[in-house]
Amino acid sequence: MSQFEVALLLGMASITFAIRYTLFAVGDRVRFSPLIQQALGYVPVAVLTAIIVPAMLMPSGKGLELTLDNAYLVGGIVAVLIAAFSRNLLLTIFGSMLVFFLWRWWLLG
Amino acid sequence: MSAKTQTLLRGARDTVPMLVGALPFGLIFGTLAVASGLSLPATLLMSALVFAGSAQFIAVSLVASGAGLVVLLLTTFIVNLRHMLYSASLMSHVRHLPQRWKIPLAFWLTDESFAVVHRHYLDPHPPKELKHWYYLGSCLAMYSNWFVCTLLGALLGNALPGLADWGLDFAMVATFTGIVVPLLRTRPMLLAAVSAGAVAVLAYDLPWKLGLMLAALAGVTAGVLAERWLAAQPVKEVANESV
Repeated sequence: MSQFEVALLLGMASITFAIRYTLFAVGDRVRFSPLIQQALGYVPVAVLTAIIVPAMLMPSGKGLELTLDNAYLVGGIVAVLIAAFSRNLLLTIFGSMLVFFLWRWWLLG
Repeated sequence: MSAKTQTLLRGARDTVPMLVGALPFGLIFGTLAVASGLSLPATLLMSALVFAGSAQFIAVSLVASGAGLVVLLLTTFIVNLRHMLYSASLMSHVRHLPQRWKIPLAFWLTDESFAVVHRHYLDPHPPKELKHWYYLGSCLAMYSNWFVCTLLGALLGNALPGLADWGLDFAMVATFTGIVVPLLRTRPMLLAAVSAGAVAVLAYDLPWKLGLMLAALAGVTAGVLAERWLAAQPVKEVANESV
C-alpha cells in the first residue's frame, strides 16, 4: 500500500468512527432539548432522500435526465410504488432491481 | 439456545432485506475501487475499517478523479455526518451499556442497521435488557456481508472489466427508497422528503458534496416547521369555536 492509501484509510476510519461514537461516549452526560429531539426524527428521511433523488433524476451527474431512457428514474418510480403499496422492503428491493435491469437490458438491446 | 443468542440471530434475520440491497452495492464498490487505482489491500481495509458504503463509494470516485487527501477527508466528514444524528436517536437506548458495547455498536452503525434497530427499540414487546443483542446481530450481518461483497467485487472487477458499467449502484437507490417511503406517513414527513429531494437536485453542483448536507438541513427544517404549524392549528379552531 502507498503512503497516500495509509493516510486515506486512517483518516477516513478515524473521522467516521469519531462521528459515530462521540454521542455514545458522552451519552450519559447529554440531554437534548425538545426541538433537537423533534428535528432528529426527520434526519433519516431527509438524508436518505437527499441521496436517492439526485441518483434517480440525474444519474450521470450532468443535469436532470427526466426521460424513459433513464433506467434509474424508471426503477426508482417502481421502487416508490412498490414500497408505498406493500411496505415490504425485500419486495421493494427485488421488484425494483428486476425492473431496473430489464429496462436497461431492453434499452441496450 | 440462550435468549441472547436468539435475539442476536433475530437481529441478523431482520437485516436480511438490507443485505440483499447491500450485496450489489458492495460488489460495485469493490469493482470501482480497484478500477479507480486503489490497491486490493487498501480496498479491503477500507471496507473493514471505515465501513460506510456511500462515503467509500464517493471516496473512490474522488480518488479516480485525482482529488487530494484534504478534499477526500472533508467529503468523508460531510457524507457521514448523518451517522451522528443516527447515534443521537439511539443514544438514549444504549446509555446504560458499558464502553465495551458502545464502541463496537458505534463503529458498526450504518443506515441499514439503524433502520432495522431503531424500529426494534420502538417496539414495546421484546424484553428491553436484550435489545443490544439484536443491535449486535444486525451489525454483524451487515459487516460480514459488506466485507465479503467487497472482496468478491474486487476479484470480479479484475476478471470482468465491464462490471463497473452494469448499474449495480441502483441497489443503493432501491434499498434507501424501501427504507424511506414507509416512513412518509405524516404530512410533515412528506414535506421533509420533498424539500430535501428538491434542494439536493438544485445544490448538486456545489463542491465536496455540500449539497447533500444543505438538502438534509432543508428537509429537517421543513419537517419541524410543518409539524409545529400543524400542532398549532387545532388550538386555533377550538379558540374560534369558543368565541
